[in-house]
This record gives sequence, C-alpha cells and structure tokens, in this order.
Amino acid sequence: MSGLAMPKPDDATMRRRDEIVADMRIIVPGEGVVDAENSMRAFESDGLTAYRQLPLVVVLPETVAQVSRVLKYCNDRNIRVVPRGSGTSLSGGALPLEDAVLLVMSRFNRILEIDFPNRAVVAQPGVTNLGITTAVEQEGFYYAPDPSSQIACSIGGNVAENSGGVHCLKYGLTANNVLGIEMVLMNGEVVRLGGRHLDTEGYDLLGVMTGSEGLLGVVTEVTVRILKKPETARALLIGFPTSEQGGQCVADIIGAGIIPGGMEMMDRPAIHAAEDFVHAGYPLDVEALLIVELDGPGVEVDHLIGLVEAIAYRNGSTTCRISQSEQERLSFWAGRKAAFPAVGRISPDYYCMDGTIPRKELPRVLAGMRELSEKYGLGVANVFHAGDGNLHPLILYDANVPGELDKAESFGADILRLCVKVGGVLTGEHGVGVEKRDLMPEMFNQIDLDQQMRVKCAFDPNHLLNPGKVFPQLRRCAELGRMHVHRGQVAFPDIPRF
Amino acid sequence: MTTFTPATADETLSTVQWAAAEDAPLEILGHGSKRGIGRPLQSEHTLDLSKLTGVTLYEPAELVLSARAGTPLAEIEQLLAQNGQQLAFEPMDYGPLLGAAPGKGTIGGVLAANLSGPRRLKAGAARDHILGISAVAGRGEAFKSGGRVVKNVTGYDLSKLMANSWGTLAVLSDVTFKVLPAAETEVTLAIRGLLDDAATAAMALALGSSAEVSSAAHLPERVAARVAGSTLGSDAATLLRVEGFGPSVAYRIAALKLLLGKAGPLQEIAGEASKTIWRDVRDCAPFADGTEKPVWRVSMAPSQAHQMVLTLRMQAGVSAFYDWQGGLIWLRMEAGDPEASLLRGLIRKHGGGHATLVRAALSHRAAVPVFEPQAPHLAALSARLKAEFDPKAILNPGRMAPGSGSATLNPTTEGAAP
Repeated sequence: MSGLAMPKPDDATMRRRDEIVADMRIIVPGEGVVDAENSMRAFESDGLTAYRQLPLVVVLPETVAQVSRVLKYCNDRNIRVVPRGSGTSLSGGALPLEDAVLLVMSRFNRILEIDFPNRAVVAQPGVTNLGITTAVEQEGFYYAPDPSSQIACSIGGNVAENSGGVHCLKYGLTANNVLGIEMVLMNGEVVRLGGRHLDTEGYDLLGVMTGSEGLLGVVTEVTVRILKKPETARALLIGFPTSEQGGQCVADIIGAGIIPGGMEMMDRPAIHAAEDFVHAGYPLDVEALLIVELDGPGVEVDHLIGLVEAIAYRNGSTTCRISQSEQERLSFWAGRKAAFPAVGRISPDYYCMDGTIPRKELPRVLAGMRELSEKYGLGVANVFHAGDGNLHPLILYDANVPGELDKAESFGADILRLCVKVGGVLTGEHGVGVEKRDLMPEMFNQIDLDQQMRVKCAFDPNHLLNPGKVFPQLRRCAELGRMHVHRGQVAFPDIPRF
Repeated sequence: MTTFTPATADETLSTVQWAAAEDAPLEILGHGSKRGIGRPLQSEHTLDLSKLTGVTLYEPAELVLSARAGTPLAEIEQLLAQNGQQLAFEPMDYGPLLGAAPGKGTIGGVLAANLSGPRRLKAGAARDHILGISAVAGRGEAFKSGGRVVKNVTGYDLSKLMANSWGTLAVLSDVTFKVLPAAETEVTLAIRGLLDDAATAAMALALGSSAEVSSAAHLPERVAARVAGSTLGSDAATLLRVEGFGPSVAYRIAALKLLLGKAGPLQEIAGEASKTIWRDVRDCAPFADGTEKPVWRVSMAPSQAHQMVLTLRMQAGVSAFYDWQGGLIWLRMEAGDPEASLLRGLIRKHGGGHATLVRAALSHRAAVPVFEPQAPHLAALSARLKAEFDPKAILNPGRMAPGSGSATLNPTTEGAAP
C-alpha cells in the first residue's frame, strides 16, 4: 500500500481470533464463516485493487437476526466490522482490516416482493442492481440508476455509495430512487426507515444513510421505486474540433430546456482508445465526442433530436450522426461503454478518478490536466458524464515500473484538488472510501468534518463500523461531543439586536 | 422576549453562540408561514432569518441556484420563471390552509419543512434537490455540507438531514438547490365520477404506463368543487397531469385516453386552468376554510390509502382527498377532534406510513403528537442525532418531539457546559 495509514490493529482482538471465529460459527452455522487464508484471499480487496488486506475472518450471514447478533457481539467486545456487498467499490469502501470481521451480505440475494401497483420492489441487499430490472422487465418496468458495474454490484452497496450511472441527470441517483430500508445498527438494533410511502417521518435518516459508505449501519432490506421503460430511445453522436465547443453544446441543450436521458463526452485519447478497441465508427479527427441520448415517446424523441441537431451545428460540430436503429444506437454506446477496458489495452494499468466540476469549467480543467500529464509524465484519457459535470479521468501507468503507482496517485490527487478549486467536489459517484480519505480537508474544514463525525457518533459511538474509511482522522466521540462555550468571548455579551 | 434578525451568516453564528452560552432557547423563524405546524414552543427568544436574504449564485446552464436562507421563495420562483426554469419539486404554500396570506415563506423554510407538491411523484421533494448548505449547529459552530454540483457523494449528506428537521438541528444560513427547466406545455386529463377505489386503480394504471404522468390526484365528490373557483363542478375528479414538449404531451394524453377510456367520462384541461387546479391541490385549497378543524397530511403506499380512509369514515367524520397517486391523503376531521390514535392505528394496519397534524388548535398541538411517533430504537437514534447537533437543546426545542434533544440523552456532553 502506498503510504495509506489504516487504524492500528487491536492486539486484544488479534489474540482472541480463534475464540471469535468459534463464536461466529455459533451465530452463523454451516458454510457462513470463512477463516482459512486461501479462502479469504477472494475478499482481500474490492474494485480498488491497489489495496489488499486479509480480514480477521469472513462472515456471510443469511438472516437479519444473524446480522444483528454478529454486530451486537462485536460491539460488546470492541471488535471492528467491515461490511461488504459485491465488492465492486472503486474507492476501497470494502477494504478489509486485519483485526475486523468482514461481514459479507452476498447471501441476502432474494427479491422479497414485486409490487406493480405501487411501483416498488422490496429486495435483500445482496441482489444485484441489474437483478432488480431483470425481475420486473417482463412487465416493461426497470430500476433507473445504472452504475456501469450494474451486472455485479449489489443494491445494498448502491445504498452505501449512493450510486449513479449515465442516466442519473434525468432519473436521479440511488438516493432519489430508494423508498425505504431496513438496517442494523452496530449495537444490533434493527431500524426501519421509510417504506412504500414517500418521505420518511422525522429526520431524513434515509438520506444520510444513502452514501454513508458502510459507516453508519448494515442495510438488510431495500425498497426501491421502479419506472416504466421509455417507449423509445435514440442517440446522436456529435464531434467537435474543441472541448470548449462540446461543452457549450451541452450547456445550450440544457438551456433549451432539454434534459437528455444520457449525455456523455469523451476526449481525444479516450475516443482513439475506444475506436481501436471496438471499431464503433467514431470520428478520429475531433477533440471532443458527445453522445446525447433522448428517451421517451417516439414523437418526443424525434422532436428533441431535431432540436439537439440544430444546437450541435450552431456550436460548430464537424460530424453529427443520428441513430436510425436500435443497433446503431447501441453501436454509439459501444465505444463509451468499453472505454475503460479500451484504455486498459493501451496501458498496462489505469487509475480511474471521479471528480465533479461545474460544467463550464471543463476546458480549464482539461487544460490543467494536460499540464499535469506532462509534469508527471503519465498519459490521461477522459470520459465525462457531461450533463452533470462528473469527470472520469483515466490515468495511464505501469504498476511494474517502480514508483509509477505513487506517481499516478499523486497525479490523481492533483486532479481532484483542481476539481475542488474550480467549485467542484472530490467524488461524484465512486465514494471517498480509503482512496480519497486524506483529500477530504481539500473540501471541508475541521468543523465540517467534525459535524459529519458527530453523525457517525449517533450511530456508532465507538467507531467500530468500517473505521479508516471516509474520515482522514478519527476523533473520539467523547471529545467531539464537548462544547466549547466561552461566555466572555461571545461577540454580544448583551442581548444583541441586529 | 428578544427577536434577533441577523443580516449575515456571521451574525447568525453569533446569535446561536450567545444562545448556547446563555442556555436560551430560540425559536427559528423565516417568514413564520409554517409557524402553526408542530408542537407549541415556549422559547423566550426568536431568531428571525427574514433579513438574511439574497440570491448569491444562479447559473441556469449549470442548473444551480444558491441563496441565503431567508430569501423569499416567491422571489426565487420569479427569477427562475424569467429563465424558463423552476424548482421541480413544486414546494407547497401552507399560508392559505393555516389562515395566513399566500405567497410567504423562505427558501430555508422550504428545506427545513421538506416541502413538495403534486410533482413529488415524479420529481421528488426538497430533499431530492438540495445540493449543499451552510448552517450553524445548535452547538454554535458554522459548518457546510455538499456543494454546488448536481452529482456529489463526498462525505455524509448533511444537507438532506436538514430536510424535515424543522429548525431543530441547525440554523440554515445558505442553501444551494438544483433547478430544472419548466415544462413547455401541461395538460390535465380528468376522469369524472369515480369512487375512491376505482380512482386508485385508474391512477395506478396511468402511473404504470409509459405516459410519464407527473401528478395524479383524486378529488372525491364535493371536494372537487373546492378547487379552481368551482370550475370543475362537484362530481369526483381524478386528475392526471402530463407535462413536457407540445407534441409529446399531445401524444401521451392520447395514449392515456385510450388506456382509461372505459374508466369514466374524460375531460381535458389545458394551460392556465390546469395550472390553477394543481396549485390548489398543492396548497390543500379544499380545506383552506378559515377554520381550525384539524387537518392531517398522511403518506402511505398508494394502493392502501383509500381502504384506510374507508375504515376511518366508519368511525369518524372526515373529508378527504388524495394526491401522489393516492399515497398522499389530506384529511379534515369534521368533528374537531384530531382522532390521532385512531388514525395512526389504522395507518399501521394498512401497511404503514406517517401522519402529520398540519393544522390544529394550540391545545390539540400541545396534547397530540403532531409528527408521527417513531419506534423506540428509531426515536432514540433521532434523539442522539439531535444531541450531536444541538446538545443544549436551544433550537426549536420540543417542536418535533417532546423533550427531544435534551442534553441528558447524550452522555458525551456531560460536564462540558460551563
């Protein structure tokens, strides 16, 4: 690991490993406890493969009661727990700790209820994102958030990460499509938030849980909203001589009141890598390639295609193709969807970043990235969820060259600093995890971070659930709870009237 | 009794710091347009944010608007309309229902009450559109959360936590919302004369089609006469709103007519007439009667709601209408008693949900839990959260739950106060 400090393993826990494993076997009988080193290897990392760590023991519970008992057992004995869904996190959110139980939710893999009249599906957290759509598509419904890992990633993990996807500008993130959850707190208490109705009573704990990266509770059931599939979808493939023109085209589309189902941009290195790989017919003489997908009733899509085409030409597009068939629409997407493996072909390794910027800053950020690329001597290709400003720079490096991983990580950190500097954020959809943990102070001051940690204290006062993620420095809850009231220093010792 | 009216975020911070040092509870107020909602407060002092105003950032092409918390909602909606945009979640105006003037309310209040409207079904509520906040926690510290971009998962979403917190966790000083294009065209299709169960089935059918219905409400017989200046007549009206570009709206309305042709007589309502109907549904106009008869706002699974109301009618005199495909029920209790435990018991029996007593006499609000009581583990978690933000319980203490936020709930603050 390149200099990542994780919480120091607890000696008492390490010494009691055999006893803990035996107790876990009592709570989760059968095949649900894995403690052999060879078998635990499968769980030593998630989608952020640069980091690996064997856990203390792997536990795969099957019932909510088991989850509750495991957590209560660990809470009572001060044992850390790392929850894991499918392990597709790109930010190390499910990275094990040496002294922590790895709580794997993959056996919670059943859809519990499909409720078409209320357009809701109740699923266990280990069901894959795509599994929900598969379960309802025969009736013409689907689940809208579609992270690119949707074939593998779990809906429980989607809640933990507030996952997005290419359609989230129009259809929202996980947070906007989840109606309710059941979760278990670190002390073993089972809590239900929301349900099949809209809005939760009291504080919006569902909103806070979504995107909390497994630090607040373990999700054991998820109720999501499903939508009727749009009647049709068509796409435009538009090339521009400069990224500025591409960016202005995106702004003008939105300015015309159009919110496309998907709007993706690629820069020259990404276009070339994708075209070499899948031969999608992308133009190679452009600096920016835009895919705009319109979905809805046929008449609407046809109407909007005309508007977008005119906007594209007004912004100096040199090529503009409109899909005439489903096959052609899919071919437009083929290159974009294969962008990551395509980049993998031209470079031994790549490191995927995930900043979001105000869209108008795109040219400035791309220029800054070119400078950084020269400074670090590493290439970079860009794919961009253009509608919502979410940028995925892919930094090209070779892990077998000593020092290149460190260089790639420094390059990535500089890109994220640039994103924050222009008014953006560190992560749009991949999460903070361990990867961006130490960059949090770029965006938040200590008071901001302390207030976030106090939320953690309300859920898990001993910092036992997924410690070492999200927060650069864990502060004890007792210390965070203290109020520093300095009566004499308050600006208005008399009752002020503004 | 002192009223603080800060004009800057710093002055807001100083006020809360003073109140924390003095253990002086504050009532947090914007325009006071929702002051009548919640348990009655006995705060000695008032923190009035109506001078903390101004839009600080508006970039239509970036779909983002930031404003100080006390900025009038009306001013923001006007600015957005000038640019063909809107707050898509359609925040309701409680003024008429609560016997106050319409058009009041601040953008901070919109978030603190998690307002929404008929488009909630498709577009979500304030909580779905908030991107970032600056606020002062009850502990007297100014913090920020989120940002100004529409896609952001950096750190916990404390912005959403402010939604529906009714000023009990922190005092908002700045908010940033996602804004969206306003629809070019809207048309409402009304099915006339349906009973509640048939209306529920028709709305589910419409929402389960690809017609992208943005709002679905059902006004039973007689209630229908109380919107849009009685232009609808008094026959029950099941309303389906379709919005978007002209050709698309025409096509989808035609598709709905085909789908629902057998359900009952159909009526098409376009333009301003449609807008007026939905504004009145949004603002609960049928019950804006100048009385203090208790009014409940109930959220349930749409398919169960009318059955709950049917059972309730056998035991209490109620007038009801439905929004959100049937899942939002507005109830007026005709005999003057809120019947809280009867209602909440029936909601539990019919699949669960929650009921908020949005209008009631002071005596009822003091005696009946205005917000849905929570299960014990959840109530304890909420109380711990309140204590983490406001350990001395100086912000709207008791407004949401009796005794919530008592510092004694949080052992970590013991001995910390001077």
